[in-house]
Amino acid sequence: MAIHHHTYDVVIVGAGGAGMRAALESSARVRTAVLTKLYPTRSHTGAAQGGMAAALANVEEDSWEWHTFDTVKGGDYLVDQDAAEVLAKEAIDSVLDLEKMGLPFNRTPEGKIDQRRFGGHTRNHGEAAVRRACYAADRTGHMILQTLYQNCIKQDVEFFNEFYVLDVLITDGRAAGAVAYELATGDIHVFASKAVIFASGGVGKVFKTTSNAHTLTGDGQGIIWRKGLPLEDMEFFQFHPTGLAGLGILLSEAARGEGGILRNADGERFMERYAPTIKDLAPRDIVARSMALEVREGRGAGPHKDYVLLDLTHLPREQIDEKLPDITEFARTYLGVEPYTEPVPVYPTAHYAMGGIPTNIKGEVLRDNENAIPGLYAAGEVACVSVHGSNRLGTNSLLDINVFGRRAGIYAAEYASTATQAGLPADPSASVISLVTGLLESAGSERVSTLRTELQQTMDTNAQVFRTEMSLKQAEQDIQALRERYKNVAISDKGKRFNSDLLEAIELGFLLELAEVMVVGARARNESRGGHMREDYPNRDDVNFMRHTMAYRGEDGSVQLDYKPVVVTRYQPMERKY
Amino acid sequence: MTAVIEEPTAVAPIPAPVARTITVKIRRFNPETDTEPHWESYDVQAFPTDRVLNLLFKVKAEHDGSLTFRRSCAHGVCGSDAMRINGVNRLACKVLVKDMPSTVTIEPIKGLKQEKDLVVDMEPFFEAYRAVKPFLITYGQQPTKEYTQSAHDRERFDDTTKCILCAACTSSCPVYWSDGKYFGPQAIVGAHRFIFDSRDQGTEERLEILNDREGVWRCRTTFNCTEACPRGIEITKAIAEVKKALLFRRV
Repeated sequence: MAIHHHTYDVVIVGAGGAGMRAALESSARVRTAVLTKLYPTRSHTGAAQGGMAAALANVEEDSWEWHTFDTVKGGDYLVDQDAAEVLAKEAIDSVLDLEKMGLPFNRTPEGKIDQRRFGGHTRNHGEAAVRRACYAADRTGHMILQTLYQNCIKQDVEFFNEFYVLDVLITDGRAAGAVAYELATGDIHVFASKAVIFASGGVGKVFKTTSNAHTLTGDGQGIIWRKGLPLEDMEFFQFHPTGLAGLGILLSEAARGEGGILRNADGERFMERYAPTIKDLAPRDIVARSMALEVREGRGAGPHKDYVLLDLTHLPREQIDEKLPDITEFARTYLGVEPYTEPVPVYPTAHYAMGGIPTNIKGEVLRDNENAIPGLYAAGEVACVSVHGSNRLGTNSLLDINVFGRRAGIYAAEYASTATQAGLPADPSASVISLVTGLLESAGSERVSTLRTELQQTMDTNAQVFRTEMSLKQAEQDIQALRERYKNVAISDKGKRFNSDLLEAIELGFLLELAEVMVVGARARNESRGGHMREDYPNRDDVNFMRHTMAYRGEDGSVQLDYKPVVVTRYQPMERKY
Repeated sequence: MTAVIEEPTAVAPIPAPVARTITVKIRRFNPETDTEPHWESYDVQAFPTDRVLNLLFKVKAEHDGSLTFRRSCAHGVCGSDAMRINGVNRLACKVLVKDMPSTVTIEPIKGLKQEKDLVVDMEPFFEAYRAVKPFLITYGQQPTKEYTQSAHDRERFDDTTKCILCAACTSSCPVYWSDGKYFGPQAIVGAHRFIFDSRDQGTEERLEILNDREGVWRCRTTFNCTEACPRGIEITKAIAEVKKALLFRRV
């Protein structure tokens, strides 16, 4: 197996929004390489639709303090409030920076960046919905991804496309580089670097019904986990209310921001019962749960009464065409439904990992509750800073990647400009080579696609919107059995060139381990908070569980749980009503 | 008086969706074992609502794990899975089985080197994109807040902002097939997006690049690109607008 060596100051793993935003800062200061298992423009930031929150106050009164409060309350008080304040304050410049980089936002009649309503974003601490989401039709993520990529071209950022990072090097407690597998050739590349930034995205493929791309397999989280470093709040996963029924393809919350209404089989606007003040614009956890309850109680629509309806038929066609062109096309293409005249079948879809690699507000990765690993950074969905707590507000993720991607890029470059290169281990690629050859040479009989399907099935059945001790125990047992079978997995492609069979087998390994972390954390959290709904513990329990879960990998590979206090600055926990 | 008991209206049983057999014919090539590309056929069961991408998943899961293709989002926004499906360039995740005959032929997109099965070398494609300076060029002091732009000015380049760099257009262009030097329609779309952006001040330098021998003038308006675009961009029209801008030096 050919091994190549490279030396950089900063290595960035992942080229979505967070990775490229970090790269624009880092590469302007020090020698930087960006490694991605895709091409940058394939990253899933491009699938984000509705908008990016910032209290610009371009169309009505707003303030970053209201934004901070909404973020904290939206996250059911598990948000670290110092981080939420950074997010809301820096939001304003983040949006303006993107505009100056060329992002084609929709405009107000005065030519300023237009803003619209989104779930959970309110005026003056919950009085009414506020127009805070800056947007470009329903392809805001696409525009952000393209704009960042275009600026990376302008700045001559160095990309290594289709390089799959499989290990991070840490020596003497400091970051020392990363090891990647090159998909085109099967060669191994060792990158020595002073700093490493993980920006590799989410882990939605543990679920069957998901808005996530096939490539979102938690690689960054998995690498950190195998190093014995902690993962934070992994039990909190967001189920987006409006996935296309049966498919999981995302229909933006912007549909409701523009006036769309959710109805049950009787045509009732059921959100009036669950969130009387802001109704369909309640945060996603509440809307998703309400939808699932309607279906469970027999008021679901369709031949099997297993979905609800997103009604846009009362909106002017010009408004739909101008503001929601892509999602209405998805409904036409994939369900054959015409949103001008027919309501669209929708059901919650696994969407976003609130948890991830714990970091502080500089983006530095934590080795425990307090101490950072010098030179190691994370930003975006892979990280947990924690600005989303137990439930992320819509439009706060496109914001997160820009604010904390930028921060990670700056702090990593500053660190790298003064630090020395940590020494590399004697055989830096040993563990990656053993992982790859182990799978290539396996004579087992289990198939990747079978195990993956069974994992996704048990997660959808047992760890989705509603969870109980029983269901989670079932999921845990299923995952453990699948992990045993995974030891016997084999692939049919034994070649070096573009071996996607091998790639998928490695990804499955990460998925299985991370699913177990999620389920074990969920089983131990005997309360309901944000995206984590335990039917056997339906209330939030601030006395015992107003704390972050910190999961560590035990010597035997088992999941060991510890906890970390939540940072509270301005806002004391209150009951969450909308 | 007789009490009338309403009989529940009989509900017709909902017919289960019917799977049918699809023969998937794939242009395969493994550089480590094959000297030439060749056709292989596989039979799979598929539902009308399945995407052509699902057919490939099925072949990979049930017949041959070594089948290689790029994919990511699976709903037409990431641009990974442009392929020639029954002779026309499409994203495999945007074509449904219900719209397909019982045999579906799948080949890699043309004009770019086949690396393995449906994977082609994308580098020449991205190189052409980078060559047209696809980024906002401004001079002088930036505004404190945002640049202002009227809704009308924003609308002028809206169509070309939709591009996802899938290469369906460029690899459907006969001029691009005939020699690899022409920038291809995507690069012109990428340039159009900035040439017609009222904030941009790089029009002259960008137009000079496109005025090159291998630039816009190679376009023969065959409309293949417009037909192929999965985002519905009116590419031939955009190219015509760039040609006009070059002729009159005015946007």
